[in-house]
Amino acid sequence: MLPGAVAHIVLALAAAPLLPAVINRVKGHVAGRRGPPLLQPYYDLGRLLRKGAVYSTTSGWLFRASPVVGLAAAVCALLLVPFGGSRALIAFPGDLILFAYLPALGRFLTILAALDTGSSFEGMGASREATFGALAEPALLLALAALARETDAGSLSALIQPLWSEAFTTGALALVVLAVVFVVENARMPVDDPNTHLELTMIHEVMVLDHSGPDLAFIEYTSALKLWLFGALIVGLAMPRPSQWAGVALAVLGMIALAVATGLVESLVARLRMDAVPQFLLGGTAVAAVALLLGLR
Amino acid sequence: MTALTLSGMGLLGAALLAVLPAGRRLAVSRLDLPAIVALVACSVAAAAGGHVALTGVRDDVGAAWDVPFGSFALHLDALAGLFLLPILVVGGLGIVYGREYLETDEHGRGNGAAWCWYYLFIASMALVVLASNAVLFLVAWEAMSVAAFFLVVYESEDPTVRHAGWMFLVAAHIGTACLLAMFAILGRGAETLDFANLQGAAGSGPLAAAVVLLGLAGFGIKAGLVPGHIWLPFAHPAAPSHVSALMSGAMLKVGIYGLLRTFTFLPAVPTWAGAVVLAFGLFSAVYAVLLALAQHDLKRLLAFSSIENVGIIFTGLGIGLIGVAHDAPTVAALGFAGALVHVLNHALFKGLLFLGAGAVQRASGTCELERLGGLMRTMPWTGRSFFVGSAAISGLPPLNGFIGEFLIYSAALVGVASGDRGLAAGMVATIGVLALTGGLAAAVFAKAFGVVFIGLPRTDAAMVEGEPGRWMRWPMGALALACTALGLLPFAALRMVRHATVEASGASLDVTIAGLAPASAALERVALVAGVLLAIVLALVALRARLLASTHTTLAPTWTTAYLAPDPRMQYTASSFAAPLTTLFRRVLRMESTQVALDDYFPGASRYDTRARGLIREPILEPLFRTGARAAIRLRWLQHGRIQLYLMNIAAALLVLLIWKLGL
Repeated sequence: MLPGAVAHIVLALAAAPLLPAVINRVKGHVAGRRGPPLLQPYYDLGRLLRKGAVYSTTSGWLFRASPVVGLAAAVCALLLVPFGGSRALIAFPGDLILFAYLPALGRFLTILAALDTGSSFEGMGASREATFGALAEPALLLALAALARETDAGSLSALIQPLWSEAFTTGALALVVLAVVFVVENARMPVDDPNTHLELTMIHEVMVLDHSGPDLAFIEYTSALKLWLFGALIVGLAMPRPSQWAGVALAVLGMIALAVATGLVESLVARLRMDAVPQFLLGGTAVAAVALLLGLR
Repeated sequence: MTALTLSGMGLLGAALLAVLPAGRRLAVSRLDLPAIVALVACSVAAAAGGHVALTGVRDDVGAAWDVPFGSFALHLDALAGLFLLPILVVGGLGIVYGREYLETDEHGRGNGAAWCWYYLFIASMALVVLASNAVLFLVAWEAMSVAAFFLVVYESEDPTVRHAGWMFLVAAHIGTACLLAMFAILGRGAETLDFANLQGAAGSGPLAAAVVLLGLAGFGIKAGLVPGHIWLPFAHPAAPSHVSALMSGAMLKVGIYGLLRTFTFLPAVPTWAGAVVLAFGLFSAVYAVLLALAQHDLKRLLAFSSIENVGIIFTGLGIGLIGVAHDAPTVAALGFAGALVHVLNHALFKGLLFLGAGAVQRASGTCELERLGGLMRTMPWTGRSFFVGSAAISGLPPLNGFIGEFLIYSAALVGVASGDRGLAAGMVATIGVLALTGGLAAAVFAKAFGVVFIGLPRTDAAMVEGEPGRWMRWPMGALALACTALGLLPFAALRMVRHATVEASGASLDVTIAGLAPASAALERVALVAGVLLAIVLALVALRARLLASTHTTLAPTWTTAYLAPDPRMQYTASSFAAPLTTLFRRVLRMESTQVALDDYFPGASRYDTRARGLIREPILEPLFRTGARAAIRLRWLQHGRIQLYLMNIAAALLVLLIWKLGL
């Protein structure tokens, strides 16, 4: 299983920026444009890595440390995620707790970096991110706990399985919750609009307004990895695994389909009003609790 | 045990020396003779306690004591040894810190009495943990409360401090009253109140239920469990910071110790007890973290966060008790171990955060969040330590706070997966509430650290001169280091609590080790991931430095949508940062706001205040106490203020006792 796990990590690190590319491409098509080329995120990353950086005079070491720690946390979370039937590189009972808390580490530092600039806009984004992050955490952990009960396993590698045959309801409900968490953690529609042009309405984008150069490249790359991380969980639940290689192929297809779906949602759905987002998240938590209670019957 | 007895004598001697002027004259740098004696005593005793916690040996010392039902019996086991650690480590570091903190006090008076109470406070807490006789336990318990009271009212010129001290004293004595009743039930018909004789005395009927409830009330008030928490948000901000650190880091834990010890007296803890402890723990955790979010004073925020963490510890205990009751040894071992690890962790990071808050208060003269900001620039050492504490208390890997929560989550996950439906239902609630609490705690400390230490100074008060001296810096650094070390070596933390888990759960060592083995293996993997995380961070830092070395970096003002004169006052405030969450949970917090209306064309200064009223003190407890006070008026004829009548009452009482004793 080890080669499979290493192959997944290499694949994720290399292909993660394709996900935002597909999303943007789909959005372009729906809007009647051609959309940016699929390699555009790679060009952007390369350009940002070569550029110099501009730092706010207000900011200190935390502002500079945040993108680095955020990226490191995302890569570590990647080590815990199974993909297409192959186990994760590191799997142990309870790894789902670590998986839930590693993005929280990245979020904590992003919030602090935003506050470090002393900008009101970034403070606003930080405040919203803290709120929605706190509300998303119970949904994620309860959904994973429901799956843990169904599969009688304590590790992500064992509990992320296509549940279409034996436990359809729990699997489907967990899928709904993971979709909600996917949207929140990745700051996508209908919670956050990555393309908005008004700072007052942004969440994630407004927190990184002051980052530039390699730091911004790290942040963009982290966002792509987070799409992959939470996408891999959704795909792992949704896609069948007839055999090992077919499973991986179907999982890759699933990731592309997920990106297409995200692009379509982003094109066709309006963003929620800011005070409706907590209800959206609490709804996700409620669905997760129902999934667990169904399992207790 | 000999080492501990000698250390105890050392602390008492230090307390005595502290009030004698001669004792204070001998000094090395800032450390006078009593401080040196107390420090040595704390180090020796901490080493002894740690040794016992690791090896699990038991030791008893007894001495005759001429008190009815009393004996000077001390019992040292792994549970006692483990709880000695927070007392002595935070207490010892507090001595170092306090040498500078109290000296720079603006009152400029001699601090002999304060140090005397401080050493007595440490000694009495250690005695509570070691006592193996109910009378001795209660005497030490009272001494602890009284010493803490005098430390809280250190700045007694301030009426709010006196009020805080009064609240603390009343709460402490309501708690002691419950404990007196509890020990009376436990010791019915026994010749002595030695703990060894109390085993099984209460049976398992309604008396056992009374013992559980009285213990939960009496120890819960000391530990700060909601609704017994109301003294805590007043006492912690009022006390000097190293005392707040010791109270929060150690004294709350003594309450938890008491409850754990009491449960060992019951042959079988009633099955509902675990559910009750769990429910109180979960409610405390989420309720207190919400109130912490709504606070504007740094030390008050930390006080509410202490209540939250006590809630997390009680959650672990509740899971442990439920596991014992449902015959699920793995759940029990993980629950107790998680609670005990969190006891150690909370002592480390909350001690650190209170010491940091003290440094902020000394430098800026305020703990009001809205007046601070940007302190990291002039106080980098304090800022970095506070950052480590904030990340640790938010339960973030790779720091120690994550370890305790990981164990409690693991217990809950094992419980969820079990076939036992009652057990699984409780664990579902645990996971949901614990996850919400964790997320909210991260928001609380993002706010606390973000508003105080980074960004720009909001007022002149925040334009501080610089760091405190090394006496205040080093204890903070040591605690930050301990938080990091335990986070990177999580299996060491688990090893530390293994024998104490055996004592608490009543299971055998083999069962406990078997129950903890998967978690121990899992923690090794957690440590591996933590190591990988650090390696990636280092690699990325090097990469970033290389990339930036080949180009140029520039400094510019923060981008404010092309507005070119940003001002510190434009920063987001602590209240606005918390506003989305406080609005969402407004039914729990019951926010109250007052504002000066702007009614002129050229309005003057305005003011807007918010305050969380909460669900407990104002709506429930205050009416209750007012009713109690009205009822007490009828007893006023007893308190007539004439000393002759008091003397007569005493004489009459003695006479009645004498007649009763002689059996007339």
